[in-house]
Amino acid sequence: MATPLLDGHSGLVLGATQKPSSWRLLREARRLPLLVWLSAAVIFFTAWASIAPGTLARHSPLETDLLNTLGPLSADHWLGTDEIGRDLYSRLVFGARESFLIGILAMIIAIVLAVPLGFLASLPPPFARAAVDRIIEILLSFPTLLVALLFVTILGQSPFNVAVAVGIGAAPGYARLVRGQSLLVRSSAYVEAAIALGHTRARVLFQHIIPNSIRPLIPVTGLGIGKAIVWSSSLSYLGLGVKPPSSEWGALLAAGKVQLLEAPSLIVIPGTAVVLVALSFSTLFSYIQARSEGAKT
Amino acid sequence: MLPMITSSSVTDHGRGKIGKRSLAILSKLGQALITLWLTLSLLFLAQVILPGDRATIYLNVYEGQSVERTPEELAPINKEFGFDRPVLVQYGAYLAGVVKGDLGIALQSRRPVSELIAEQIGATAKLTLVSLIFAWILTLAWVIATGGRSTLVSRFGAAVEAMVAGMPQYWLGLLLLLYFSVRLDWFPVVSGSSLRGIWLPALTLALPLAGFLGQAIRAEYERALQHPHVLSSRARGTADFKVRVVHALRPALIPGVTLSGWAFGSLVSGAVIVENVFSRPGIGALLVNAVELKEFELLSGIILIVSLVYVVLTFVTDWLYTIIDPRVRLNYKAES
Repeated sequence: MATPLLDGHSGLVLGATQKPSSWRLLREARRLPLLVWLSAAVIFFTAWASIAPGTLARHSPLETDLLNTLGPLSADHWLGTDEIGRDLYSRLVFGARESFLIGILAMIIAIVLAVPLGFLASLPPPFARAAVDRIIEILLSFPTLLVALLFVTILGQSPFNVAVAVGIGAAPGYARLVRGQSLLVRSSAYVEAAIALGHTRARVLFQHIIPNSIRPLIPVTGLGIGKAIVWSSSLSYLGLGVKPPSSEWGALLAAGKVQLLEAPSLIVIPGTAVVLVALSFSTLFSYIQARSEGAKT
Repeated sequence: MLPMITSSSVTDHGRGKIGKRSLAILSKLGQALITLWLTLSLLFLAQVILPGDRATIYLNVYEGQSVERTPEELAPINKEFGFDRPVLVQYGAYLAGVVKGDLGIALQSRRPVSELIAEQIGATAKLTLVSLIFAWILTLAWVIATGGRSTLVSRFGAAVEAMVAGMPQYWLGLLLLLYFSVRLDWFPVVSGSSLRGIWLPALTLALPLAGFLGQAIRAEYERALQHPHVLSSRARGTADFKVRVVHALRPALIPGVTLSGWAFGSLVSGAVIVENVFSRPGIGALLVNAVELKEFELLSGIILIVSLVYVVLTFVTDWLYTIIDPRVRLNYKAES
């Protein structure tokens, strides 16, 4: 997915027409900054944990050990144990899937809502444009968390609904982005040329305006997954998202809150995991974004 | 839309300066009212589509139970709140009530929503205001110190901003709480509403915000340092510090002010979480409670107040532009 974007500025305009050879890819990869490599590694690790958690953890996330509660970091329990002796590392690894899926799902929902809204706000007919524009403006004026809480109240608290709520909360921002992009593309020279060539409106729209407005969204989507993971874990932290028996990272936070003074690591470690993953997403995709826009990094 | 027509007609026929200005203000006011009206309508819509019979939810929340209700039990509730009236009549009653300052009754405590919010809003307002000031101080100090220096320093400055901007508030808050309150014992663990307790929560909110503000201001600031007027003041022998603080800063402030309006939203979101971390009173606790109990009147009351404040703030930021940069006039955004 990211390869056509990696080959400098040509990715943005030419798309996949110019296939980079594997040799060029290797040369390209060697030039990546260390931080980007680290971020990619963190995301890879999280993705692996969410596909096959059993290969990464030796303990079961539910196996209790009442003789060894609130244990410190040790060779057997890498990140210690919780209040009923469950291995924190295993719980993190097994919780990755839910956190990851919620983040991705929220982002998909946000994009699915934002793209049509953004295009409606930037393309004719004008009366619809003004109205949709205003609606986006109003939705933007609500704090994201408040919108998410509103929808959690309406839909009820479940992992799926948390993703929906976070997605709806994030959508207006992306709608505005799509709107800006499509206004930019509409006034570009190649769209003017296509119109001058006598192409039909539909062809100009589907062949030029829509693909070129959506393409810059790809790195933004990656950035958004990190943010969505943070938002949904915030909801869970407040006790309004995924509930504790699950080991979703936000739920681990909510469970750890009770032991804050006795065992701070129970809440600091899952929190750090969320921060690491979110930062990795933002580092990696900011880099891809910068490269796809042709800026030097 | 009406307000846009008025504002564009102002630019078309250049009238007297005073007439232009007051018309621009009127059009902004009209836009603000439309925003509030649409917000109200959306909230009402959400209340109507909320699954479950409203009278049943009402009775169950009030009595702390979750059971089916007989029509005999529901009849007085329906009569009292008019849940059985046609939707349009209810909508009218809702709008009229809000205009009169009646936001409904909170189910569990049976107290007016406006009273509950009024009790808690002061603490949250104080927290967000102090955080905004902290954030600005941090941003300005950081940008003036690192902006437009050697590449290495500038890059380091920008990297710190990007990192801090992405930190979730609960994590930052917990780390500060564990270090400064639990280990060093400088601040109370349960901060309550005391003055000493506001430092850590405000800092927690201010840090990510400062990151965002810094990102917005830095680019503009580094450009401003290259402006001819900065060069000319340097040529006149103005000290470097004075050039940075007085001459280059002002043109760079605009994006920061724009963001401050937006920042209010993120501050409110953050305040809900931070109040929870530091056990402070405020809107946050009220909100969490409202969501847990499905108290929709309370929830929509809070959202309404927040968007009201937001609308007022947008108004103020538009006006602030004209002070910071006199080239910007109030009818500047006529095309929208």
